[in-house]
Amino acid sequence: MTLPLAWYLVLSATLFGMGVLGVLLKRNAIVVFLSVELMLNAVNLTLVAFSQAYLNVDGQLLVFFVMSVAAAEAAVGLAIVIALFRNKLTVNIDEINLFRG
Amino acid sequence: MLDAFLFFLFAVLAVLGGVGLLVTRSPIHAALSVVVTMFSIACLYLTLNAAFIGVIQILVYAGAIMVLFLFVIMLLNLDDMPSLRAFKWGQGVAFVLGVAVVAQLLALVALRFDAVPEAVSPEAAAANASAASLGAVLLTDYAYHLQIVGLLLLAATIGAVLLAKKRFA
Repeated sequence: MTLPLAWYLVLSATLFGMGVLGVLLKRNAIVVFLSVELMLNAVNLTLVAFSQAYLNVDGQLLVFFVMSVAAAEAAVGLAIVIALFRNKLTVNIDEINLFRG
Repeated sequence: MLDAFLFFLFAVLAVLGGVGLLVTRSPIHAALSVVVTMFSIACLYLTLNAAFIGVIQILVYAGAIMVLFLFVIMLLNLDDMPSLRAFKWGQGVAFVLGVAVVAQLLALVALRFDAVPEAVSPEAAAANASAASLGAVLLTDYAYHLQIVGLLLLAATIGAVLLAKKRFA
């Protein structure tokens, strides 16, 4: 690798922070899911950067597994969003409070 | 020189996609901004000489997962969120928390900024990330994990179908 490792880490931290802000600030359930995907991608970037800097292939295999889990999570999460929308006719998470009696 | 230029080009694109996700009110624009970010991250994998992971990133994330998101957004036919509302204290707290997370991560990087790993030749890096070397480890050391991930995906598929079909009160 020719570029400094820290550049990738700083970029990854920035993207992860944007994902955190999206999860905390957004009220649309689908956009919250998108922010979670952004956080997963930021972590994947860190894993690949370290894997390539230390010539260790395990980091990239972890990226594989993160991607599979992200795919499973997106499928189930979006199915939950659809089920919620059919019951409540909204995906605004401020208006969804199933656990409040 | 060229690789630094490419890094900054795609880093700026990725950050712009993230900013787009945060500022837009329409879910479809948010999804398209995330596609830009994922595409840029795939290109950043290429600057790391990890070509195989980069291709997988485009196929799985930009290709499959984001299309699933776009399908659901279009299926639900969501309106834009209403703009200009009263400021809530919870949002201020959330913003401070988010910025605190970024600050902690950046401080962690800055703390060990001088701890540079020894330089790796591009050829060695490309060989490390090749499909052959990844597959050799995936199908031997991680064969068990691969089976479990297969089961997980099967369970997710069944669960998604059941959840989308079921009508619970």
